[in-house]
Amino acid sequence: MDARSPYGPKAEAGPPGMAAKLLGFCEELRGEGVAVGTSEILDAFAALGEVGWTSRADFREALAATIAKSQDDRRVFELLFDRYFFRTAEAEAVQRGVTEHAEGGPPAGDGERFDMDELSEAIREAIAAGDEDAMRDLARLAIAAFGRAEGSGVVGVDVQRIRRTLGLTAGSQPPGEDGGERPPIDRDQLTGFERHLRRELERDLIERTETLPPSRPLAELDRALPTSPTQDLAAVHRAVSQMKRRLATLGHEQRGRKKGRHVDVRRTMRASLETGGVPLRLRYRPKRPRRPEIYVLCDVSTSVTSASVFFLSVLHALHDSFRKLRSFVFIERISEVTEVFEHERDFAAIAQKISSEGGVADVSGYTDYGRVWLEFLTEISEELDPRSTVIVLGDARTNGREPHAEVFAQIAERAGRLFWLNPEPKLYWNYGDSVMAAYERHCDGAFECWTTKHLENFVDVVAGAAPAAE
Amino acid sequence: MAEGSVAEVKQSLAAVGYLADEPAALVSFLAQKLGKPVLVEGPAGVGKTELAKALSRASGRELVRLQCYEGLDEAKAMYEWNYRKQLLRIQAGGEAGWEDVQDDIFSTDFLLERPLMQAIASREPVVLLIDEIDKTDQEFEAMLLELLSDFQITIPELGRIEATTMPIVVLTSNDSRELTEALKRRCLYLWLDYPELEREMEIVRLHTPEISETLARKLVEVIRMVRGLDLKKPPSIAESIDWARTLLLLGAEDIDRETFTQSMSIIVKHRTDIDLVAERVGVKLAEPSSPAAG
Repeated sequence: MDARSPYGPKAEAGPPGMAAKLLGFCEELRGEGVAVGTSEILDAFAALGEVGWTSRADFREALAATIAKSQDDRRVFELLFDRYFFRTAEAEAVQRGVTEHAEGGPPAGDGERFDMDELSEAIREAIAAGDEDAMRDLARLAIAAFGRAEGSGVVGVDVQRIRRTLGLTAGSQPPGEDGGERPPIDRDQLTGFERHLRRELERDLIERTETLPPSRPLAELDRALPTSPTQDLAAVHRAVSQMKRRLATLGHEQRGRKKGRHVDVRRTMRASLETGGVPLRLRYRPKRPRRPEIYVLCDVSTSVTSASVFFLSVLHALHDSFRKLRSFVFIERISEVTEVFEHERDFAAIAQKISSEGGVADVSGYTDYGRVWLEFLTEISEELDPRSTVIVLGDARTNGREPHAEVFAQIAERAGRLFWLNPEPKLYWNYGDSVMAAYERHCDGAFECWTTKHLENFVDVVAGAAPAAE
Repeated sequence: MAEGSVAEVKQSLAAVGYLADEPAALVSFLAQKLGKPVLVEGPAGVGKTELAKALSRASGRELVRLQCYEGLDEAKAMYEWNYRKQLLRIQAGGEAGWEDVQDDIFSTDFLLERPLMQAIASREPVVLLIDEIDKTDQEFEAMLLELLSDFQITIPELGRIEATTMPIVVLTSNDSRELTEALKRRCLYLWLDYPELEREMEIVRLHTPEISETLARKLVEVIRMVRGLDLKKPPSIAESIDWARTLLLLGAEDIDRETFTQSMSIIVKHRTDIDLVAERVGVKLAEPSSPAAG
C-alpha cells in the first residue's frame, strides 16, 4: 500500500474480525441518527492504531472522540456502545458455545452461602472507590449469592430485589455494626452498580437461553435530553434564531419580479444625466422585503402547565429575535405581555411576572377559547393585515365552553397567515374537550409541538423549505 | 513533550499545571499523533482554553491565539495587504516599471500576518488556539475548512502557502450555536465538563498548595452544591481557585456561614444568583459560633 495515498496511511485493521464489528457499530449509530461519515470511520481506525485495541477505556474514548461529535451524539454513542459490544461478545460466545461455568462453576460459589453483610460492605467500598472492575466482580458474586433459582426471570425486577437484599440505598447511610460512620452513597454511583448487576444478569440470561434478545432501536425517551431548563432554553433559542433567518429572507423572492414595480423618479432623472437628460433607462424602486409582523397567543392555563414553560421559552426566544412581535397570554381572557418581555431579559423573572401580573384568570382558572377570540377580535384585529402572522400556542381544550370557531375564522381571514402549535401529540387531538378540528380548518397549518424538534419542523414548514416530516 | 503514550501526555500536562482527565489526555495524544484539530466543547470555565495553553507549555511550542468574535473576518484572522506600505512603495518606486512594482507590492513583504497565517507560516511548530469559534458566523467556519484539513491557506496573489510544520490546532466552543457538520467532520471531539470532586480538589490544591486538605474538600463540595443550582453563571474552576486564595488571605480554616457570605462574590457574579445561592447554600453551612462545623 502506498503510504502517501490521498487518504493518508492505511489504517491498521486491528485484531481479525474487529474491523467488521466496528463497521457494524457505526451502522447502528447511523440507524440511530448519528451522522457517521466515511472520514469519521477512517479517523476512528487511525486513532485506534495509536492507542491500541486492548484497553477498554482508551478504545471507547478514541472511538467517541472521532465519531461522536456533539453531546447528543455522545449520549447515543454511550447507550449504543455498551449494548453493541456486549451483544457482539455474547453472540460470539453463544456461537462458539463458550460458557463461563463450564469448568469449576462460578468463581466463588462453592455451594456456600455468602455472608450478605460482608458482601454488602465490600460493595459499599467498591462503590465509594468508584472501582468499576471490583463492582463488576461483586455484582457477579451478589447474583451468585442471591441464587439463580430465586430469580424472577425479569432482569429489572431482579436488579432491584438484589439491591434491596443488600440494603443498598442512595443517600446517607445508617452507621455500620461496629458503630463506625459510613460514607453516603451517591445516587449516580449506585446506578452504576445497578448497571453492572443488570449486565451480569443479562449475560447470565443469554448464557442459559443461548439466544440474544432481539435488538431494539433506542426509544425516543432513552435519548431525550436530561432536561434542565437552561439547556432547553438554548435549544429553543437555536430553533427560533433559525426561524428568524428564514422569515427575514422570505420576501426576497419577489425582488426580481417585474410586475407591479414603481418607477423611482429621482433615480431615473439622475441616470438620465448620462444620456443628456433623456430618460432612456428607467429606474425602479426596490421592493421592500416583507416585514414579518407576528402576533403570538400563548395558553398558560393549568392543562398545559408542562408545556407552557416550553411555550414561554419559545416566546422569550421570539422576542429576542423579532422586533415587530406582540405577544399575548391567555387563560380565560387575553392579556398583552409584549412589554414584560421587552423590559425583562431574564426568563425566570418573566415567568414570574406573567403569572403575577398577567391577570388572565379571574374567575375559574379554566381556559375559555371562545372568549379569548372575541376579545382578540375586538381589541386587536383592527391592526391585523395580510402581512401579519398569528401563531397560537395552546391545546384547544375549551373545558366544554363555546369554542366560537366562527370568530376564530374571522381572525384567520384578517391575518395573512395563522398557525397553531399544539403541545399534545396528534393522537389526543379532538378527544375529550379538545376542539382542535374546529379550529384546524381555519389555520394555515396546525402542528404538534412538544419538543424542540417539532419546533424546528414548524420552522421548516413556515419558511417553506421542506414539507412536514410527519 | 514525550509523545509515547497517553499516560505520558497526561504526565507532561500535569507537569505544567494542568490535570487532564482520561478523555482529555487521550484526545491530546491523538491530536498530536493523527495531526487533527481538536474541537473542545463544554460549559464556560472548565479549562478549555487552559488545555490549549497547557499543550503549548508542555510541548514547548509557541501559542498562537485567535480570539473569535461576531464579525471577525478574513482580514483580521488570516492576512491583510499592508496597503499603506504598498502605496509608499508605488510612490517611492520612481522609474521602475509597473510590472516590477506590481510583482513587488504583492510579495510577502507587504503582507500583514494575522494569527492563522502566523500559525501556518511559522518555522517552529506551534499550538494554534481558535477560541470561541461559536461566536463567529458560518461563513467564517467555511473559510477555516481549508486550513483545518490541509493546513494550508490560499492567497490569490501569492498562491498556496502550506504549513512547514504540523501545528496542534485547538478550537473551543461554548456551544452557543451548533457548529457545521463540515467543521466537526475535520476535528476530534472532546467534551469537557466540570471535574469530579477528587480531581477538582487536586486542581485547587495544585494551584494553592498552602490550603489544607479539609478546607479544599469543603470548598469543592460547596462549589459543587452551587453548581447544582440553576444559575445564570455557575462558578468555573478558575473561580474555585480564586476562592481558595481568598479564603487563605482571610485566614479562614473552615467555610462557615459568615465566611461564605463575605467571600461569596468571588464565585457568584450575578445579583439574582447571589440571592439564590445565599438562600439555598448559605443556610446549609454551620453558624460561625458553633465548634466543629461540617
